[in-house]
Amino acid sequence: MPDRIVILGGGTGGTIAANRLRRSLPEGRADIVVVDRDDAHIYQPGLLFVPFGMAAPSRLVRSRARQLLRGVELVRHAVDAVDLGAGTVALDDGSTLGYDVLVVATGATLLPDETEGLTGPAWRRTVHTFYDMEGAAALAGALARFDAGHLVVAVMDMPIKCPVAPLEFSFLADWWLQRRQVRDRVRLTFVTPLDGAFTKAVCNRELAGLLADKGVEVVTEFNTGTVDGEGGRLVSYDGREVAFDLAVVVPLHGGASCVARSPGLGDPLGFVPTDPATLQSKAHPNVFVIGDAADLAASKAGSVAHFEGEIVAHNIARFLAGEPLDARFDGHANCFIESGFGKALLIDFNDEVEPVPGRFPGPVGLPLLRESRLDHVGKLAFEQIYWHVLLPGRSIPGVPSRMPLAGKRLAAAAQTAGS
Amino acid sequence: MPMTTLAGTDVDVDAEGFLTDASQWNEDVAAEIARAEGIEELTDRHWLVVQVMRREFAEKGTGPAVRALGKISGVGIAELYHLFPKGPAKMAAKIAGIPKPRGCI
Repeated sequence: MPDRIVILGGGTGGTIAANRLRRSLPEGRADIVVVDRDDAHIYQPGLLFVPFGMAAPSRLVRSRARQLLRGVELVRHAVDAVDLGAGTVALDDGSTLGYDVLVVATGATLLPDETEGLTGPAWRRTVHTFYDMEGAAALAGALARFDAGHLVVAVMDMPIKCPVAPLEFSFLADWWLQRRQVRDRVRLTFVTPLDGAFTKAVCNRELAGLLADKGVEVVTEFNTGTVDGEGGRLVSYDGREVAFDLAVVVPLHGGASCVARSPGLGDPLGFVPTDPATLQSKAHPNVFVIGDAADLAASKAGSVAHFEGEIVAHNIARFLAGEPLDARFDGHANCFIESGFGKALLIDFNDEVEPVPGRFPGPVGLPLLRESRLDHVGKLAFEQIYWHVLLPGRSIPGVPSRMPLAGKRLAAAAQTAGS
Repeated sequence: MPMTTLAGTDVDVDAEGFLTDASQWNEDVAAEIARAEGIEELTDRHWLVVQVMRREFAEKGTGPAVRALGKISGVGIAELYHLFPKGPAKMAAKIAGIPKPRGCI
C-alpha cells in the first residue's frame, strides 16, 4: 500500500512540495494529494505592478491543477480542520481525508479587519492595499485619478509577506508620478513599525540614500492603531498621526483560518510552530510545513518556499523510510527589489548572513545590493522562471538551496559589526 | 563588539545597547537597562512581557512585533504602550536582552 501525503494549499509552497515529492519518490511509493478551495494560482510578485498598469491581473493567474505534475491529485475543497491525533483532514463537504504525512502550505492571510477603521467607508476609495488581486486592481483606478496630495505607504505590523514590497511600491510610485509629471505636487511618505526603512547595518549604509534621493519621507516606529479613512489620517498606538489623501497599507497578516480551527496545530497568530532546520512541525512528527504558514524568522517570500522545497521533500522521504531527518534549511532568501526607472537591486541572505554587496550566485553573477538594469531584467525574467522552473519543483541552475558565499563581500558585514 | 558592565555583569552590546548574547542576561541586568530607559521599577506585568520576549526568541530566533506580542502575552496593546512607552517591541526586547526587531534588509 502506498503512503498518502496530503498537502494543504496549492500555492507556491504546496505546488513546489507536491512536484518535488512526485519527482523524488519512487513510483508507487506514495499517493500525493493537494487540497485547495479553488483553481486560481496567482503569481503574487506580479501584484506590485498591477497598480501602475504594468501587469494585467488576468495575466497573473493560472490553473492550480495545471501546475501539478501528472500523478498529483488536486482535491477542490476548503479545509475545515486537521485532527492531528487521528491523522485526518476534515473538508468543507463533511468528508475526511486520511494522511500518513501532512504538509501545511496554507500560506498567510490578510487580516485588514484587525486594524480599527481600516475597512471602514474609505476602504477601496482612499485606503487601499496591493496585497491581493482585488485591492491591486482597485488601487490602479485610484492612482490613475491621483495627481496631487499626500500619498502614504504604511505597514501595519510585522510579519508580512515579501517585506520589501512596500519599499518597492514607494520607489515605483516616485517613478510613476514623475513619468506623469505630477511628482512635484505629491508628497510621498513611507510609514513603518520598525526603527528604519533599512534595519540591517549593511543595507542601511548602502541604501539609506535611496529614499532621500527619491524624496520619500520616512516615519519610523509607527504602529498604526486606527485608520481614520474619512478624516484622512493614521493614528498610532502612542498617539501620533500621519495625514494622508491616499493611503496604501499592508494589512496585518495571520495564518490560515483552518490552522486556527485545528487544535494543537498553530500558535495564537495561526502560524505553525516549525523546526527551522528540518521544517518538521513541532505539533506532530508526521506534519511538515513549507512557506508562509510556518512561524519561522525566515522571510515570508516565494524564494524561501522554493529553497525549503528541497529540504521538505528530502526529509519527508527520510521520515517515510523511518530514518532521521538530515536535511537542514539555513533560512536562505533571495529577492529582486524593484527601484524604479528600469532598475532593481538583488539581495541574497539567510538566518546568519545579512544582505551584503557583491555578485550572485558567484563572482561573475548579478550585482548584489546595488541598483542595476541587469537586476531589473532579472526581476522581469523571474516570472517565467517561477512558472517553468520553481513550480515544477526544479532547481535553478547554479542557485543552490543553501545560500552561496562565493561572490559575497562578507567583509562589508564584518566592517559594520566591528564599528 | 563593545563590551560594557551592567549590574556587575560583563555583557556584549551593539551600537544601540542591545545585548548581542542573550545568555549573558540576568534579572539585575534587565532592571539596569530598564532604569536607563526610564522605567524605575519593573512590575509583574513588565516581567510577564519580558519572559514572553525571551521565550519567543529562544523558540523562533526573533522577538515578536507589537501585535504578536499582544496576542501571545495576553497583555493588550494599550497596556503594552503604558508599560513600555518608547515602543513595546523594541524596548521590551532591549530589557529582555534579545536583539531588536528587524526587517529583512
